[in-house]
Amino acid sequence: MLKKISNIGDCGIACDFGDKISKDTNKEVIKFFSFVQDSTKAKKIKGILNCTPSYNKLIINFDLEKIKSSELIQFIQKSDYSKITLPEKNKLIEIPICYDEEFALDIKTLEQKTKLNFKEIIKEHLKTDFFVYMIGFVPGHPFMGDLNKELYLKRLETPRVRVPKGSVGIVEKFCNIYTFDSPGGWNIIGKTPLELFNINKNNPSILSPGDSVQFKSITKKELLSFKNE
Amino acid sequence: MSNYFKILRPGINSTFQDLGRFGLQHLGIVPSGCMDRSLFYLANQLVGNEVFEGVLEFAYQGPLLELESESAEIAIAGKVNFNVIDKNGKIKQGVCNQSFVIYKGEKIDIISTVKSVYGYLSIYGGFKLDKVKESISTLVRAKIGSNDGEKLKLGEKIFYNQIKSANSKKKIEFNFDENNSIRVMKGLQFSYFSKESQKNFFLKEYEITKLTDRMGMRLEGEKLQNVISSNIKSEGITKGSIQVPGDGQPIILLSDHPTIGGYPKIANVITADYDKLVQKAPGTKINFKLVDISIAESAFEEYLKRLNNNLNAIRL
Repeated sequence: MLKKISNIGDCGIACDFGDKISKDTNKEVIKFFSFVQDSTKAKKIKGILNCTPSYNKLIINFDLEKIKSSELIQFIQKSDYSKITLPEKNKLIEIPICYDEEFALDIKTLEQKTKLNFKEIIKEHLKTDFFVYMIGFVPGHPFMGDLNKELYLKRLETPRVRVPKGSVGIVEKFCNIYTFDSPGGWNIIGKTPLELFNINKNNPSILSPGDSVQFKSITKKELLSFKNE
Repeated sequence: MSNYFKILRPGINSTFQDLGRFGLQHLGIVPSGCMDRSLFYLANQLVGNEVFEGVLEFAYQGPLLELESESAEIAIAGKVNFNVIDKNGKIKQGVCNQSFVIYKGEKIDIISTVKSVYGYLSIYGGFKLDKVKESISTLVRAKIGSNDGEKLKLGEKIFYNQIKSANSKKKIEFNFDENNSIRVMKGLQFSYFSKESQKNFFLKEYEITKLTDRMGMRLEGEKLQNVISSNIKSEGITKGSIQVPGDGQPIILLSDHPTIGGYPKIANVITADYDKLVQKAPGTKINFKLVDISIAESAFEEYLKRLNNNLNAIRL
């Protein structure tokens, strides 16, 4: 439930759905996100520039020449979005992952800290039904959950200067995929050859907030011969 | 026939920019766009373009370009020290904020911005640029936008649409706001900071450090004490947010900011003061002034009025 709306400067508002980070809270955020997007498309509200859903908040940015925060807040307060369901376009996506030692950069630490062997870790990772909480930081980069408690780990004490694109990492109950070569502190357990983000495609990101993800294990040979559409 | 300039020196951070791309932040794509919007509008107005046409933005030292086609009408907006070098190597000091025509074989050497950071080179008829998701703005970090998502490179050619040999002689005189006071509204996590730090944030000066670019501006000053947590649940970021990581030194997030982040935000710069802020060079000491939404909104009205007056002054 939408608990509080606050201003972020003069051209943004934060719609807060409470402090609990759970799929249920996030689903409320995503439903509301799709309500604001639909209202924009249907021209029921003007001047919306961006909506950014995260675990428990939706940040809305607007064009101060077209709308003021008080008008936007009033529009939200007058609207009934309680009956909005999760968009049908939210989909289940299978993501290939190779757990070969060459790509599972932190496997030794993982085995030590979880006291599981690599096979058990893989099994646990593969059987998880992931939910995409949000996408961002850099383009196309997903934050997915929830991992089983046995796999909960903290960030690396010293982040890597460069994590290769396609690396799959875990921290606490979350799993991510690096969509660009970038610095990072997540525990890397494998790599996907699937290109999650391509700005030139009509829809540049394969994943959207609210999607479901299932990983599928592939061999190193399959990874190397994988062709992106 | 294609009309182009050759890049003989790319400059420090020269990119093509317009107003930015919107509606994609939920997929991790930040709007980007020109840093100083009012100067960007003026640059286009000086050469008679639509105000939202793509231009070349440069920071500190700009490019050295040579015209390889017949002629072009251009303008350089900002406080910029530049020379025009003719075919025989004769150097003439350029005048910014007015349109001028250059001919084949002439070079423009953008030496530096003066007591400011960003300047803009606009051209009559616009540069020939590919739009990516409805904008030519370049986001170098993710290789998105025109010029294959890259900064200008040595030796490359930049193309433009129309040659022009008649100077429309448009010009404008204006001054940057020398005042170093930046108006802000309280951030979402203002209450995370100790009472003393809440006071200090508005009392003390913060110096802009060299770790400043299109993504963010790192400041140095009185440490801000976080009494709740220096990590929050990651949330969407808005341009102009002032976040404070564990070391207590604020960072102002600028046009190429990450789309989400997990540091508490003490304040947000109001829209009316954003252009003024981004033109402050490293070493400048700024201070923050607290305002509420109604003051921020009327300041924005004044900002628009001033901008329109300047645009109209060029038109006449």
